[in-house]
Amino acid sequence: MKPVYLKPESLKDVVTSYCPGCGHGLVHRLIAEVIDELKVREKTIGIAPVGCAVYAYDYFNFDVAEAPHGRPPAVATAIKRCLPDRIVFTYQGDGDLASIGTNEIIHAANRGENITVIFINNANYGMTGGQMAPTTLPGMRTTTTQKGRDSKLHGFPLRVSELLATLEGTVYIERVSLIDPANVIKTKKAIKKAFSNQLTGTGFSFVEVLSPCPVNWGLKPLEALKFVKDQMIPYFKLGILKDKTEEMKKEKGA
Amino acid sequence: MSKEIKVKIDKEKCKSCGFCVLYCAKGILFTGKKNNAKGFFYIEFDDKLNKCNSCAICALMCPEAAIEVFKEDKK
Ligand SMILES: Cc1ncc(C[n+]2csc(CCOP(=O)(O)OP(=O)(O)O)c2C)c(N)n1
Ligand code: SF4
Ligand code: SF4
Repeated sequence: MKPVYLKPESLKDVVTSYCPGCGHGLVHRLIAEVIDELKVREKTIGIAPVGCAVYAYDYFNFDVAEAPHGRPPAVATAIKRCLPDRIVFTYQGDGDLASIGTNEIIHAANRGENITVIFINNANYGMTGGQMAPTTLPGMRTTTTQKGRDSKLHGFPLRVSELLATLEGTVYIERVSLIDPANVIKTKKAIKKAFSNQLTGTGFSFVEVLSPCPVNWGLKPLEALKFVKDQMIPYFKLGILKDKTEEMKKEKGA
Repeated sequence: MSKEIKVKIDKEKCKSCGFCVLYCAKGILFTGKKNNAKGFFYIEFDDKLNKCNSCAICALMCPEAAIEVFKEDKK
């Protein structure tokens, strides 16, 4: 028998702490596949967030540093500037990146750091028990918005990708999902591009993944995929929000 | 017809999310009756009629990297 699909080398052979149907596991696997395909495992450094993915260093089979809540972009900036030949990426949830770390991501993006950012938007704070995040949908019930998010009281869900796309320093920004095989393939393609851009020195690349958090949403895994499709995607539109890759490559002569 | 298994599921990693079952076009993956160390009823592969074409959609959807897929060598 010939192998068609084998577990990527960039993943450790361990059982993760993620809930059944959680998007984190799927995105970890796609990142690991991309790192394997680009043959950069031994020079990759990931920065793990605070949130359910805090244990990413136990799951990825390459170097991973841990940053305080919301600070992965600052840690990534330092590592990439000191070790420019490494492939440096941050992996962050929406509480981490869009709430406590909003300032960090905006400035790293605006400086045009040559890093890759993988942003997991699951519309709540997963690890701490499902509180409202800046990305929580209007009307969505969380432990801190038990009658549903009221935009008059809690503001509107933050569209981080759109926000970062307005900044001069950013090169590639795409929002993707995991709702079915076609979209998982698209997500992998986006992640691959975001890492390839770093290899060519093209600049700040950002992939937002709409990601199921079944347990905190009070849904079964398959219902959570449907929730992403029916509820999240209409608000957080999928697609490329910005792509200056070719322009930047020309500029760099890459 | 090959008797070798095309889809290998690591039962300790499976969390029974059902993504692989939902998207397998051949309907040959199902939630089993036995549970793993974590208590999840892990998925089993039953392909008596040799319907599996090794498309690996199940592995593509698996959040746990619990699935590995193989295909027959051409004779
Ligand atoms: C400085 C600081 N403030 C608050 C916390 C508590 N805390 C831990 S995880 C988390 C939210 C994580 O949510 P998110 O980034 O969306 O990740 P998810 O768990 O959903 O993947 C918070 C507020 C902390 N660990 N450190
Ligand atoms: S709480 Fe949500 S984000 Fe955290 S592991 Fe569970 S499903 Fe994933
Ligand atoms: S997709 Fe993976 S974790 Fe989910 S049921 Fe199938 S084998 Fe188990």
